[in-house]
Parts: sequence; structure tokens; C-alpha cells
Amino acid sequence: MGSKKQKINTLITVIFSVLSIAYLFPIALVVLNSFKKKAYISKRPFAIPKGKMFVGFDNYINGIEKTGLFSAFGWTVFITVFSVLAIILCTSMCAWYICRVKNAWTTTLYYMCLFSMIVPFQMVMFPLSKIANILGLTTPWGLIVVYLGFGAGLSVFMFTGFVKSIPLEIEEASMIDGCTPIHTFFDVVLPIMQPTCVTVAILQTMWIWNDYLLPYLILDMKKYKTISIAVQYLRGGYGSIDMGAMMGVLVLAIIPIVIFYLFCQKYIIEGVVAGAVKG
Amino acid sequence: MDKAIKRYFPVFVLPTLLAFTMGFIAPFIVGVYLSFCKFTTINDAKFVGLVNYTKIFTDATFVHALWYTALFTIVSVILINFFAFVAALMLTRKVKGTNLFRTVFFMPNLIGGIILGYVWNLLLNGILLQFGKTLTYSSTYGFWGLVILMCWQQIGYMMIIYIAGIQSIPGDLMEAAKIDGANNWDILKNVTLPMVMPSITVCTFLTLTNGFKLYDQNLALTNGEPSNMSEMLALNITNTFYGRTGWEGVGQAKAVVFFILVAIIALTQNIITRRKEIQQ
Repeated sequence: MGSKKQKINTLITVIFSVLSIAYLFPIALVVLNSFKKKAYISKRPFAIPKGKMFVGFDNYINGIEKTGLFSAFGWTVFITVFSVLAIILCTSMCAWYICRVKNAWTTTLYYMCLFSMIVPFQMVMFPLSKIANILGLTTPWGLIVVYLGFGAGLSVFMFTGFVKSIPLEIEEASMIDGCTPIHTFFDVVLPIMQPTCVTVAILQTMWIWNDYLLPYLILDMKKYKTISIAVQYLRGGYGSIDMGAMMGVLVLAIIPIVIFYLFCQKYIIEGVVAGAVKG
Repeated sequence: MDKAIKRYFPVFVLPTLLAFTMGFIAPFIVGVYLSFCKFTTINDAKFVGLVNYTKIFTDATFVHALWYTALFTIVSVILINFFAFVAALMLTRKVKGTNLFRTVFFMPNLIGGIILGYVWNLLLNGILLQFGKTLTYSSTYGFWGLVILMCWQQIGYMMIIYIAGIQSIPGDLMEAAKIDGANNWDILKNVTLPMVMPSITVCTFLTLTNGFKLYDQNLALTNGEPSNMSEMLALNITNTFYGRTGWEGVGQAKAVVFFILVAIIALTQNIITRRKEIQQ
């Protein structure tokens, strides 16, 4: 029995090792081609770049110049970090209020948040971009407000799910001691909510960092780009793609994500699981 | 205590409420209204009744995109959930290297759809080149290209959820089944599957809505080519808005239809799979 099970497990390890290599192959191929001369990328994508095919870091330099990748990277970090912070702070407070003050208004707001989760972006895309335009939100700062509004649904839903499980006594004790609701929230409630904060932060970061259409429609493209916009920018007006610059930019766009992932993967995977259980 | 908190409405709720109104509620209401109007910006909207809605179904690209999306969603939901579940079963057997495999399979989820689209554009075009074809040669290539890309991206995500589901099954339940003489197949069918039903609900919901709402990958991989034949709903709607002047109203009407479809699918799916979940 035991040895049979062990044999199967060894077989699984072998199969999954092969699969893992296959899984990484598409990305390895991009890295390989990023050192290849533009003309050869489409013609001989699987060849090793050597001799006249090898161009060193030309594709990277070309890609960075064409797309302004570093500034796009900076803006993506800025937008993601502050949007996620704003979402966590504002929606956790909102969710606590919804749970503690029960009336028709807060109940309506809660159901609106639930409802917003199934509405596809295309439904609000056009009015939203016009409203953002009228209100002058076409900057990264404005985009943070838009993300707070559009991301509120999921976050409020997840935070209320958690607040319901916090025993009231803890808060009551703090309020009887004379703390204002603001003190109670920040000193007592928020620290208890920390695991949910991490989950919400991970799910929202994965969304905002990679989002393409929303920033594309709202940001003033002449001044600000995000990484996704910079990549898409390389597809020219008539559908032609500068493959050389594209390879360099793709590698540069993937590297920071992989590094971040390797450091935080425990939290990311736990966050995804926790988010799925509540969703 | 309620009353004490209630006075703090401006601090606790107002920021979220304002942003939510501006980012969701207002655009949604305006969106529904605009679907009955002819307009190029919001200011020049003229009420025209149901004209936009009748125009939708005379637009062959929309009908095509609808079937293309439906077919894509069905195929990808089945494949992703099947492979994710099988992988989860295998990786919950205390196999060597489990953590490494999990890390690798989950990674594509962190990379954006636009970037993934171009990564696969390179690989698939490279493979098809050996046969003298490209991805945009016919919509069938684009279809299977997207299916492969979405499987590659999402199997890891769903696998993680299934692994958590399988690991939360109480060990004594498995023991009891084994003592009663159940074989592996019986255990899978009568213990594991019913117990992971909540995970199946979540994963089918996620893959269904992801499939239906897919945009970035579609844009980057084929951009709807050849001649809109590999265009999915989200891309079709966006192109109607921003690619055809005078069709903004039709685009908005399409978006309303799209929203209603997504809502119906999400609710039906939830009711069906939730009914299969056992009470605990």
C-alpha cells in the first residue's frame, strides 16, 4: 500500500515538474526574444539570439524611450498605493458604520455595494469618463477617487462580512470608557480587522495595478500613462506592433511583479483564499 | 451606542458615499438613461426611445460577439475548473514540491491581461508560423488562443481555492469512509465533491464572470481580428463607443443588454450551485 502511494506521488512530482517548466516557457520565450533583433522576432521566435540576431539591450532602451516606461511605472505605483490605502481606510470605516447603525439608508447602501459587484465596467464606462472629465479628475489624483468609488462595492462587502463577527462588547467597553467613535474605530476595531485589510489590499492591488481600460479612458494620456497603457501604446495605429520594443517592455513590466510575488506570496495566496471564501 | 456613532456619519460614510455616487451610482443611472438617447457627449443627449435597442440586433458584429463570448465562456469554465480541480486533488496528497508548483501555477494571475496577451501573441504566432498561419488568420485560432491563455492564467487561481476547500474537509470523514470500505472513486464522488461544493460555487462564479467580461486579453491577443470575428462582447461594446461616431447610443444600449446578461448568468449560477451545497 505505502509503496504504491509513494510511487504515484513520485509520478505526480515528475509530471508537475514538467508542467511547471511548460508553464514558465511563454515568459522565458519573451526574455529570450528581448535580446533579438526586431526583424528576427516574428520570423524566428524560437531561435537563440546570437551572432547578427543578438542586439544586447537595444530593445530595452528603445522600448523605454518609446513608451516612457519609467514614468509609467512611477505613476502605476503612485495610483495603486494611494488608491488601495484610500479604499482600505474609507470603506472599512463605512462598513463599520453600516453594521453598527442599522437603518433604511445604510441597508440600501449595503445592497447598492453588492449590486455594483456584478455590473460590468462597460455599463458605466462612457458616463463615468465624461463625469470624471467634467469634475477634472483626469489626473492620477483624480483617478484615486474614481478607484475608491468603483472599488467600494467589493471592499464594503468584505469588511461588513468581517465586522459582523466582531463581538459588540469590546466596542461598548471602549465607548463606556469615554472614547469617541473615531477613537474606538482606530484603537479597537481597525486592529482587529487587520486580516481583512490584507485580503482587500491584495485583491484591489491585483486589480488596480493591472487595470487598463479605466485609466486609459480617464487619464490625460499626454501627461500620464500606466504600465498597461504603455504596453498597449506599442501597438501602432494600424495594428502593427514594434516587436523589439515590445519584448523589452514586457520583460521590464513582468520583473517587478515576480520579485514582489516571491517576497509576499504567502500573504497573496492566503488573501486570495480568504477573499474567495467570503465572496 | 448607535446614536453616538450616528453623529459621525460625515467622517465614516461620506467619503465612500461621495466617491461611490460619482464612480458608480451616477454613471449607472446616466448610463441607463443614455441607452434611450442619441448623443455624442452627455450634453447633447436627445431622447429617442427604443431605437438603439432595435439597432443592436441588426448589428451583425454584436450578435456574432454574443455567441463567440458565450461559447468561449462555456469552454473556458469547463476546462479551467476541471484542470484546477484535478491539480488540486493531486497536490493535496503530500507530494514533494507542492509549494513550488503552487507558486509557479499561481504566478500568471499577478500579471496584467494586456501583458499576458502580448506574451501569448509571441508564442502562439511562433507556433502557428511553423504551419504558415497567424493568430489572426481565422477566428478559430483566436478562439483557442484565448482559451489556452485563460486556462494558463486562471487554473492556478482556482486550484488554490480548491486546495483550500479540500484541505478543510475533516480528516475523520475520510477515515470513516475508508473504514466503511469505500474506494478512491467513492470517496471522491460521495465525500470530496459534496464537501468542496462551496469552492465550486466560487470558482464557477469567478470563471463565468471573468470569461464573460474578458477585455484586456482579447484586445492584446487578436484585437478582434480578422475583421471583428474574434471580438468578444466587452471589446465589441467598447469599439462601438469609441470606434464608430454616431453609434454611442447603440453602444450604451449594448452595455445595458450586456449588464442584464451578466446579472442573469451570475444569479442563476449562484442559485444552482448553492442548492447543491450541503448544510453544515
